[in-house]
Amino acid sequence: MRVRSWLGVAGALLLALAVLAALLAPLIAPYRPMQLDLRARLAPPAWLVHGSTRHLLGTDNVGRDILSRLIWGTRISLSVGASAALLGAVVGSTLGLCAGFFGRRIDAAISWAIDVQLAFPFTLFALFLLAVFGGGFLPVVGVLALATWVNFARVVRAQAEVLRTQDFILAARSIGVPTPRILVRYVLPAALPSIVVVGSFSAAQAMLTEAALSFLGVGVDPTTPSWGAMLELGRNYLQTAWWMAAFPGLAIAWVVLGANLLGDWLRIRLDPRGGALR
Amino acid sequence: MNRLGDLRLHATLRRAAHAVAVLIGVSAATFAVAHASGDPVTLLLPPSASAASRLELAQALGLDQPLPLQYLTFLRHVLTGDFGRSFLYRQDVVTLVLDRLPATLLLAFTAFAIALLISIPLGVLAASRGGLAELALQAVSMVGLAVPSFWLGLMFVLLLAVRYHLLPVDGYGGASHLVLPAVTLALQSIARLSRLVASGMRETLGSDYVRTARAKGLLEYRVVWVHALRNVLVPVVTMGALELGDLISSAVVVEVVFAWPGIGRLAVDALNARDFPLLQGTVFIAGVGFVFVNLLADLLCTRIDPRIAAGAATR
Repeated sequence: MRVRSWLGVAGALLLALAVLAALLAPLIAPYRPMQLDLRARLAPPAWLVHGSTRHLLGTDNVGRDILSRLIWGTRISLSVGASAALLGAVVGSTLGLCAGFFGRRIDAAISWAIDVQLAFPFTLFALFLLAVFGGGFLPVVGVLALATWVNFARVVRAQAEVLRTQDFILAARSIGVPTPRILVRYVLPAALPSIVVVGSFSAAQAMLTEAALSFLGVGVDPTTPSWGAMLELGRNYLQTAWWMAAFPGLAIAWVVLGANLLGDWLRIRLDPRGGALR
Repeated sequence: MNRLGDLRLHATLRRAAHAVAVLIGVSAATFAVAHASGDPVTLLLPPSASAASRLELAQALGLDQPLPLQYLTFLRHVLTGDFGRSFLYRQDVVTLVLDRLPATLLLAFTAFAIALLISIPLGVLAASRGGLAELALQAVSMVGLAVPSFWLGLMFVLLLAVRYHLLPVDGYGGASHLVLPAVTLALQSIARLSRLVASGMRETLGSDYVRTARAKGLLEYRVVWVHALRNVLVPVVTMGALELGDLISSAVVVEVVFAWPGIGRLAVDALNARDFPLLQGTVFIAGVGFVFVNLLADLLCTRIDPRIAAGAATR
């Protein structure tokens, strides 16, 4: 148990550092993300031969500083991850509440939608959608929310279904509390811990998928330093400049690990029996 | 026995009906997105084309029909295996996708087999013995879930192929070409499945029937690997089907890294060429395939655990 909470703190710390980097990017990044240094193209990291402390993690093929781009890239990864998780939470929790609380028809319809969503191999479906609707921040967040809403809907649905027949809900009903009020005041708060836990995992999932989509070339915006896009670029220089591909991957793993550890810890703290959250 | 047979038939029919409903949803979603991709008339005709020729082409393509009718036409074409032609390859979409599908399935199933072979023993050992296995499980599940598979793949390429020339970097051929992409793809599944096995095993080992089995003097390995494992496998099979979907989804990126000629690479090529019919066909066929895999997994579950058949039939 103590190891667990220690890991949770580690996760929170990883995320907090990333958030700090995102907020303070203009102050702490040594260079602007697009700043070229054509004389120092493909410069290796500082600790290698020919490396210099001017570019701690080296530069890319046009001399942009990798460390600075990683720091600026935090903004994209975190904002996309958080937005997708939030949007998914709002949509998924609402639908999950309805599915669990109202009768069989609505439940069947929403469960059907979940199954249809899960039937598509998501990366392929996301490629299709982004090809049709174009890239950019909002489309990417929207597409990622399409992956995350299912997580929330399933968990909240299960909880609402259990709560529906509990005495305090029946009592609220019998004194004539309107259903929307019951849902918001009594059912939603009971489901909130699960929503927070699922939110943490969903943010991790969204950040990982965003990186994959950027890697495939349908990310947020080709001009912003997205980690996935940096990896894609680095792939072409694998033999000559491994640092172009290696560091962005570590950055992705950093934030995803942070969110996963935090989620694991929250799960144990908020839902000791692990009932609805598996 | 006869009653169980009845229940199984009933459960099978229910599941099949559900699969059909999901297939309808999958086709409707695909159709809707494809419809939003724009007017094929503007794509096919030069901007200078007259209104009359536009109308003529629209009529020829059936685009003047109301939307539900267009959907039915789409459905009819799909059922006869007609997904249109790819702009990029100037071939039928179905032929292209079915050509590439075996490569993706080979990759996904190999990764799946690797994942099962590692995660079941790892999960069982972690739950029944703890110690080193538990530590390994924690490490694998943390790293496996956080590290992007395409990055892992690139690092494998860098270390094993570029630096030390141990394995071929990319392409399609003998078993040696399969190793790197399959291992890369398997890691995430190992992380998820071994956690699932471990938590299921922990729960099962505390149950009454396990205590009974121990009390009657069965050897511990028989209790764990035969009696308990059978119950643990049910969620693994259900999750396994979802896992295969995830694997096919992740395979898209891994195929790009390793230049593996599967449907993922096909979809990315289609994306870069804005070849919508090809993209649509790939997505749709993958979705249909996945529905069938899920159905099979459901039916397999009722084989492993007869109580599920009873539950599904009476629900």
